[in-house]
Amino acid sequence: MLAIKNLRKSFGSVVAVDDVSFTLGRGQLLGLLGPNGAGKTTTVSMIAGLVTPEQGEVLIEGARLSGDTDLKKRRIGLVPQDLALYDELSARANLRFFGALYGLSGATLEKAIASAMELVGLIDRIKDRVATYSGGMKRRLNLAAGLLHDPDILLLDEPTVGVDPQSRNAIFDNLELLKSRGKALLYTTHYMEEVERLADRIVVMDHGRVIAEDTLDGLQSRVATVGGGRATLESVFLTLTGRSLRD
Amino acid sequence: MAFIPLLAMVRKDLQLFFSDRRSVIVSFVVPIAIGSFFGAIFAGGGQNREPARLAVAIVDQDASAISKAVLAGAETDKNLKVATPTEDEARDLVKRGNTAVAVIIPKGFGDAAGKAFFGNGDKPSLDLLHDPSRSTELAMVRGILTQHVMEAVSKEMFGGDQGRQLVEQTLPQVQSSSMPVDQKRLLVEMLGSVQKYYNEQRATGAQGTTERRGITMPYTVREEAMTAGSNIKYNGYAHSFAGMAIQFLLFAMANMGIEMLLERQRGLWKRLRSAPVSKLTLLSSKAVSGTILSTLILFVSFGFAMIVFAVRIEGSALGFLGISIACAMMASTFGLLVAALGNSPATARGVTTLAVLMMVMLGGAWVPTFIFPAWLQQLTTVVPVRWAVDGLDAMTWRGFGLSSAVLPTLVLVAFAAMFAGIAAARFRWEEA
Repeated sequence: MLAIKNLRKSFGSVVAVDDVSFTLGRGQLLGLLGPNGAGKTTTVSMIAGLVTPEQGEVLIEGARLSGDTDLKKRRIGLVPQDLALYDELSARANLRFFGALYGLSGATLEKAIASAMELVGLIDRIKDRVATYSGGMKRRLNLAAGLLHDPDILLLDEPTVGVDPQSRNAIFDNLELLKSRGKALLYTTHYMEEVERLADRIVVMDHGRVIAEDTLDGLQSRVATVGGGRATLESVFLTLTGRSLRD
Repeated sequence: MAFIPLLAMVRKDLQLFFSDRRSVIVSFVVPIAIGSFFGAIFAGGGQNREPARLAVAIVDQDASAISKAVLAGAETDKNLKVATPTEDEARDLVKRGNTAVAVIIPKGFGDAAGKAFFGNGDKPSLDLLHDPSRSTELAMVRGILTQHVMEAVSKEMFGGDQGRQLVEQTLPQVQSSSMPVDQKRLLVEMLGSVQKYYNEQRATGAQGTTERRGITMPYTVREEAMTAGSNIKYNGYAHSFAGMAIQFLLFAMANMGIEMLLERQRGLWKRLRSAPVSKLTLLSSKAVSGTILSTLILFVSFGFAMIVFAVRIEGSALGFLGISIACAMMASTFGLLVAALGNSPATARGVTTLAVLMMVMLGGAWVPTFIFPAWLQQLTTVVPVRWAVDGLDAMTWRGFGLSSAVLPTLVLVAFAAMFAGIAAARFRWEEA
């Protein structure tokens, strides 16, 4: 469904992403891991059309994504790391606005809003201003905003930052449901246990490059442990990326 | 397809604006309050108002007929508000700024002024104590005082006791002088005629039939306020409301630009840019919502001024509409410029506040541009606010027609196009 081929992007003399390629199939969740500054967010930004790649291409069902108004962008939903919501407006007003950006209007839009709010369990608070929401509720609303136009591909950039275990668990349930509905999910995070629970495949990036791509089992089998047991994903990650501190 | 996102973005911006009570108050209520204040100051005489009188203190140390006449003349002058304190009190009043000018008529002034009137004596001095910050008022008092002193001295010298005594003293001096005989004869004949005139005046004056007359102003002034029509009166509120509305709509639009920077900081632009919406639609929506808000601010301010202060569009209503919309477009694209050139909301806020204040100050929104030096008046034609203020003045109290609205409208639209062009070129579109 989604194919990334040889993406490259630099900012001045800093190469943020260099020759990154991977694919993502329908009903799959791909965990994108990497230390700070590895190039995860820049990669997601290029897929979402926020940043223009210097080289390489983003393909959706084999067709190249090009231009701001490319209708193929409707097949992608973005859940940014920031809580990209208008606190001053109600949840409904927020979703009406974000839905309209994808050309939704009238009954179709209202149905999509209700469906997304049902999914994230916020239908009872739909009329409330976002400013009155807790951090976890805002995260769930952030997810709902990315789902409104029923995208086939969902880009989730650290969607559980700063939320309590209950909200995180609710978000996981939502994502598993979406996966079961055939959505392709690209998930970036620093939390290893999230990837262990959710990901079908894992891509590890460092210094702008893909340094490993495999299933969880495949990655774990690459690292030998002292007692001969299975390595944790965190130890695999540290083995691959090193223990030096990053900016 | 593009129409739905455009409408949604405009609606969202309006919702956000009206959900912020502080913005609404600052944009709609504050310009009305300040416009009313400035209007009251600059309202002029258009509404049968009494002109503000100059506060003057006159200290009459002479107490002669002439000094009393000067004082009486000043007291009846409609331009002056005269107080008669002691010299010390007068000095204190000027020092404290309570009085612009204090006039001290020294002892012997009348006698000396009378002699100096015919050119055969030293001119006495009249002391003017003035507030150094109010030099304009000093010049006005000097002019008004000249009139009253000339009237008082001439009246006294052509019919008063002092004039008669002066001739009586001068005649024997001339007769006994050593000047050439033919000159002496002519001078004695002239002074004799003057003495005869005084005596006759005295005789008829005793019967109470003739009033003494001295030199009076040889003309009267007919003042006509020049507007486009004979029945159009100046209304200072029209200018003050135009100026203040423009100032605050510029502040509102600068704030809209800063809000765009905040939207970027909060990640909202990632959502906007990830949607299949063109850059043109994104910027156009901001320009449209900004234009709607700016036009509203202008109309609400003028609506209030029309209802409460009887401001009228004496010229072309269509011209007024055109200039208002062009001004609103200029302001909203100025907001885009702020968003495009600003690095962060905090730095942009400081710079734009300064920029707006400079624009409204140089554009004549606070005080009319005619008080600027000539070079500055020329220079301010590059300030869009100048065109907006002058254009709205032309359509309101000056009463000009549609043709006078064309140039300001076009210039404001040109400024809007320039601002939008720079904003589009410099806008940071990539959201890493």
